[in-house]
Amino acid sequence: MHPAPSVIAFTTLSSLGFGLLFWLGLGFPPVTGWVAFTFFVLAYLLAVGGLLASTFHLGHPERALKAFIQWRSSWLSREAWTSLAALLVMAAFGAGLVFAATALVPLGWLGAVLSIGTVLTTSMIYTQLRTVPRWHQLLTPVLFLSFALAGGSLLAGMVHLAPWLLAAAGIVQLAHWYLGDSALARSGTDLATATGLGAPGRIRAFEPPHTGPNYLTRELVFVIGRKHARKLRVIALVLLSVLPILLLLLPFHHVLAALAVLSHLAGAACSRWLFFAEAEHVVGLYYGKR
Amino acid sequence: MTELPKSTDRKLGLVIDLDTCVGCHACVISCKGWNTENYGAPLSDQEPYGADPSGTFLNRVHSYEVQPESGAAQLIHFPKSCLHCEDAPCVTVCPTGASYKRVEDGIVLVNESDCIGCGLCAWACPYGAREMDQAAKVMKKCTLCVDRIYNENLPEEDRVPACVRTCPAGARHFGDFADPESNVSRLSAERGGMALMPEQGTLPVNRYLPPRPKDRIGEEIDVLAPLLAPVAEEPTGFLAWLDRTLEKL
Ligand code: SF4
Ligand code: SF4
Ligand code: SF4
Repeated sequence: MHPAPSVIAFTTLSSLGFGLLFWLGLGFPPVTGWVAFTFFVLAYLLAVGGLLASTFHLGHPERALKAFIQWRSSWLSREAWTSLAALLVMAAFGAGLVFAATALVPLGWLGAVLSIGTVLTTSMIYTQLRTVPRWHQLLTPVLFLSFALAGGSLLAGMVHLAPWLLAAAGIVQLAHWYLGDSALARSGTDLATATGLGAPGRIRAFEPPHTGPNYLTRELVFVIGRKHARKLRVIALVLLSVLPILLLLLPFHHVLAALAVLSHLAGAACSRWLFFAEAEHVVGLYYGKR
Repeated sequence: MTELPKSTDRKLGLVIDLDTCVGCHACVISCKGWNTENYGAPLSDQEPYGADPSGTFLNRVHSYEVQPESGAAQLIHFPKSCLHCEDAPCVTVCPTGASYKRVEDGIVLVNESDCIGCGLCAWACPYGAREMDQAAKVMKKCTLCVDRIYNENLPEEDRVPACVRTCPAGARHFGDFADPESNVSRLSAERGGMALMPEQGTLPVNRYLPPRPKDRIGEEIDVLAPLLAPVAEEPTGFLAWLDRTLEKL
């Protein structure tokens, strides 16, 4: 799958933002007044910034509101609803903290559920696609949730819990790669089932429909850059999990914490790039690629 | 409405005969020709005369080579357009309701004025039957020529999809799969019509007829072959002398 920069930015940033909102909703850290204001502004910049980046991906951003219509069948539509609800509820909760120094606890919990629910709906957009076997597995939502929880706890300054969540995210990431590598083979879809021409003998793609590329090959059959995938995996894992954990284990300092956040952000973006670049869409089989 | 209908009154679709398709791409051209000037936004081309031309097509013809255990390889041309699936994943993923499946005949269509161009339906289709037009930025797909098949302004014989009407080899057939007596149902039953990627669970309506085994030359001699042996024999006597003499000259 083509790793569109807008989609990578969207999923990475909004995952961090909604992860932070989740912890804020649960009352971590227990902030009020100006400090709360700063935390909420950061969370909203990340979450809303991510949502805006995702609209750049649309062919017709001016019609984006129509995406709210089909929540009964479409995960993309459900994502639109949960993100809007999360942002509204958490705004009310945040206003209580900032202006009245009161935590409206039930509202915070509702906001936390909606925030993490937004991450879940985002992950389901990818998970539901049987056409991309690497994404069509239980670990995909687990991956997205573990990243949001870990990144959010890092931003929320939860120095005791964050290392554990970062380690968990790293392990889930490894497992997702491991299972993902054999997903296409296990899916049972190959050129023989794609064409029905399996029986008479060995089949290979002889000629594509046109000599040049098309929308499908550009969007769904992205094979460039996979040769560096192994190296990038190591880099992603070190940046998103290992390095932030080490930085947090050192005696606490704000500079180290900020470095941990930046490292995690870079690692998460790298992991998200691989999530797309390594994903094989079954239509590639028709083109003799994968 | 992007929830799928429980069932459709008719199941219109195509039978594509891989045995007779000659790979001429005439259906590709007639499809583009009809659909660029009728239903919805035109099918644009980018850099059509430049170094890197590409464009939107609703129907494309691939070619595959099948190598049997013994004997010569066989080249099979493989036209591919939307299969108008009964459990169409492209429809349910659509957030706006722009993608829908018609209850009356099962045709899967895109309402272009509702399409936000998110591209998710193209991700959800396993067959590569949907392409985002790079000029109009809306999703394009085979309409089963919905603006021909019911079009009373066209002569009767033209009320079939453009690709079916055009095919010089008669490799594409149009009809109603819900009727077991229709041309397409019978063709598919007789020739073992195949569904593509059945494991994807999309329940495609279109069917592909497998290529028949090809003749093998030189493996067995026909019983009538001796009767076909050359009758001209070596000349004898005077003719043989003449032959040799002429040869020497
Ligand atoms: S072939 Fe693709 S676009 Fe057509 S109905 Fe099936 S899934 Fe949808
Ligand atoms: S590209 Fe258009 S038709 Fe396809 S899912 Fe998005 S809004 Fe629906
Ligand atoms: S039915 Fe019409 S739109 Fe579909 S492939 Fe044939 S010519 Fe193209």
